[in-house]
Amino acid sequence: MKFLRNTIDKLKPNFEKGGKLHFLHSTFDGFETFLFVPNHTTKQGAHIRDGIDLKRTMFFVVLALIPCTLFGMWNVGYQHYLALGQEASLMDNLLFGLMKTLPIIIVSYTVGLGIEFAFCQVKGHPINEGFLVSGMLIPLVLPPDISLWMVAIATAFAVVIGKEVFGGTGMNILNPALTARVFLYIAYPVEMAGEIWVSGIKGGAVDAASGATTLGILGAGKEATVDTYNAFMGLIPGSIGETSALMCLLGGVFLIATGIGSWRIMLSTVLGALGMGLILNMVGGNPYYDLPAYQHLIIGGFAFGAVFMATDPVSAAQTNRGKWIYGALIGVLTVLIRVFNPAYPEGIMFAILFMNVMAPLVDNYVIKSNIKRRLSRVKA
Amino acid sequence: MSTEAQAIEEVAVKEKEPLLSKKNRKLVNNPLDADNPITVQVLGVCSALAVTVKLVPTLYMCLSVLFVLIFSNLAVSMLRNVIPGRIRIIVQLLVVASLVAIVDQVLQAYAYEVSKQLSVFVGLIITNCIIMGRLEAFALANKPWPSFLDAVGNGLGYAVILIPVAFFRELFGSGSLLGFNVLGEGYQGNGVMMSPVGACIVLGLLIWFQRARNGYSEEA
Repeated sequence: MKFLRNTIDKLKPNFEKGGKLHFLHSTFDGFETFLFVPNHTTKQGAHIRDGIDLKRTMFFVVLALIPCTLFGMWNVGYQHYLALGQEASLMDNLLFGLMKTLPIIIVSYTVGLGIEFAFCQVKGHPINEGFLVSGMLIPLVLPPDISLWMVAIATAFAVVIGKEVFGGTGMNILNPALTARVFLYIAYPVEMAGEIWVSGIKGGAVDAASGATTLGILGAGKEATVDTYNAFMGLIPGSIGETSALMCLLGGVFLIATGIGSWRIMLSTVLGALGMGLILNMVGGNPYYDLPAYQHLIIGGFAFGAVFMATDPVSAAQTNRGKWIYGALIGVLTVLIRVFNPAYPEGIMFAILFMNVMAPLVDNYVIKSNIKRRLSRVKA
Repeated sequence: MSTEAQAIEEVAVKEKEPLLSKKNRKLVNNPLDADNPITVQVLGVCSALAVTVKLVPTLYMCLSVLFVLIFSNLAVSMLRNVIPGRIRIIVQLLVVASLVAIVDQVLQAYAYEVSKQLSVFVGLIITNCIIMGRLEAFALANKPWPSFLDAVGNGLGYAVILIPVAFFRELFGSGSLLGFNVLGEGYQGNGVMMSPVGACIVLGLLIWFQRARNGYSEEA
């Protein structure tokens, strides 16, 4: 540790104003604050209730993602050996999953951080931890067999078009991880559908395995038997990190307990989906309408989206009442898109992105109505 | 009295203006960059999004717009003193519509495939805001020669944006250029570039590039 500190202190003058490497000061600063707590002190009166900063926020979300990630890795292996009909131990499953998942994670971080560093350098901004979470979220919402060059393109798109053009971390309108996924979904529809959800069965290696997700089957208008236990635990094919509602729940509890994620958004999203599901149940008609409302919560990426994507503090609504409206509409829209538009099986992705765009509008009306209410009190 | 004399004097000076004076050259140069109809005035965007999937139809579209723009500007400029102000829009529409009908017929006769690809967008040149905008803002108040130059400038300004957009969309969307495969058989077409969303993004990037270069910023 001491050696590291000494080295950094020795290098520091080079990067300060007037130093010959000053043009790289953002990068240097980024590494230094990443390795050590910065020793900058506040010069004027400070009003701190809690030392929470971007670093801790982002770090906690990454912590909350660990259960999903580990389980996701294991599930990739589990689904693979299940489809092949082979017995596999816990380690086998994990190792196979690790081999599939790790390259995707590495590509996502390398590309994303590379672009982020370049932009900070050019703009002269300090480097922040904004991409730490996105870089983890992107692999978790992708299928295990995705080509790495697609991951790279999608990440680059998400960081540049989804984030940097709006001014970088904290300024983005859309959730960057979902931007990456929706990009792939629209740019390469063939590669993002069909037999991709179980790793290693593409190309007819296994005849018996269908590899389709529940959403895919239901979307095709067929009846799907949803095994509630398996779907809740996450023992189903799907994107790497999103299959297990239980693990998302763990992450969600952690986020709520640490005050990072908004419980209002999570709860209202669930309520919205349940409500819409119940209404459709009453209407009835085809297997999708009749799917028990609670099962909407555990199939597909609903749980993952509600916990990790919808609560993104930048792109979500900011006011408390706005959060209720925002979350509820995400839930309602998710079920609506799933049931009424089978061409887009994954409704939560579109629902969240749509509400990301609408969030400022929701806030605007919440604030306006608040002003109106208080104004009428003044007049009375 | 004195102002009137001045005005007359100015008119007299104007008539002696060389054909390609600095002011006239500006009419052509300005719309190419600093006052581009698409990236700065944000006009004619619908066709920029709709016809730029492939380069070939885009080139035809640019030529068609250039043709219609030049001749409608000329015609309206020549008619400007006899068009009654209250029905000027209808007269302009008539002029544009007849020219578009000519373009449409020519395309159908000599470039049937392209005309099918462009489908309604040839007809929709009538409603292209660039054309109506130039007629209203320029041709109605200027002589034929400056109007001609203005039309050339704006038509080229339109093309100068559409062609790069189509270039990138065809390159990344289908891996080809002008219909010839350049990225290899194995290239996987990018669906975003095939959809109008891709045009919107490429257009945005072009505007970004242009503004970064020109140092333009939106006034608050």
